[in-house]
Amino acid sequence: MSRFELADSEIDVVGLRLALRDEHAGAFASFEGWVRDHNEGRAVQGLHYEAYAALAEKEGERIVDEALARFAIVEARCVHRVGELRIGELAVWVGVSAAHRGAAFDACRYVIDEVKLRVPIWKQERYRDGDAGWLHPESLSPKD
Amino acid sequence: MMAAVSLLYFASLREVAGIETEAIESVASDLQGLYFEAQARHGFKWPQASLRVAVDGEFARWADPVREGSEIAFIPPVSGG
Repeated sequence: MSRFELADSEIDVVGLRLALRDEHAGAFASFEGWVRDHNEGRAVQGLHYEAYAALAEKEGERIVDEALARFAIVEARCVHRVGELRIGELAVWVGVSAAHRGAAFDACRYVIDEVKLRVPIWKQERYRDGDAGWLHPESLSPKD
Repeated sequence: MMAAVSLLYFASLREVAGIETEAIESVASDLQGLYFEAQARHGFKWPQASLRVAVDGEFARWADPVREGSEIAFIPPVSGG
C-alpha cells in the first residue's frame, strides 16, 4: 500500500477519507491545496504540475512514513495532482487520523510542509496576460 | 575515462535545454562535473549550488562519481504543494 501517490485525474477525496477511518481514531485532520487565481501580484488562469515521478513517489512515501513515526497518529495519506489544473481545482490532499486531534493537526502540517520542501514536483503557472512561468522558489515561507 | 550516462531535465531546465533527456558520454569525475558539462552544452543559468541531483531515481550527492549506465536528473528548486 502506498501512502503517497501522484494522480493525473481528480483526487478521490471521499475514498481517501474513508480509507483513514479507524476505530482507534478519535480525530481526523486534512489539508487541501487549491489552485488560486493569483500569485505574487499576477492573475493566474491555470497551472500545470510536472513531477519526476520515480523520485517523487519515493520521497513522498518517506515523508508520510516519517509522519507516522514522529506523531502519535493512526494513518496518513497524501495525493498530489500532476497535469493541467484549473482555478479552484484540488492540487494536493493530505489526511491524517489519530486518537487525538493535536497529533492529527501536527502530522498534517508536517506532511504538507515537507512535501512542498522536498518532493520533485514543479508548478508552471499560466497567467492571464498570456505568459507562463515555472516556479522555482529558492526559499519557502509559510505563505507559499 | 568516459562514462555513458543518460540525463533527465525537468521544468525550466527542460525548457532551456529543449529536451527531456539525452544520452551522453561524460569525462566528468563526479556529478558536479557532469552538471558543468551540461551547463556548458545548454547554457543553464542555474548555479550548481541551487540544484539537487538524483541518480537512478534516488537523491545523490554532487561529489558522487559518475557511474557508467546510470540515469542522472538535475533537480531545480521544487514548487509542489
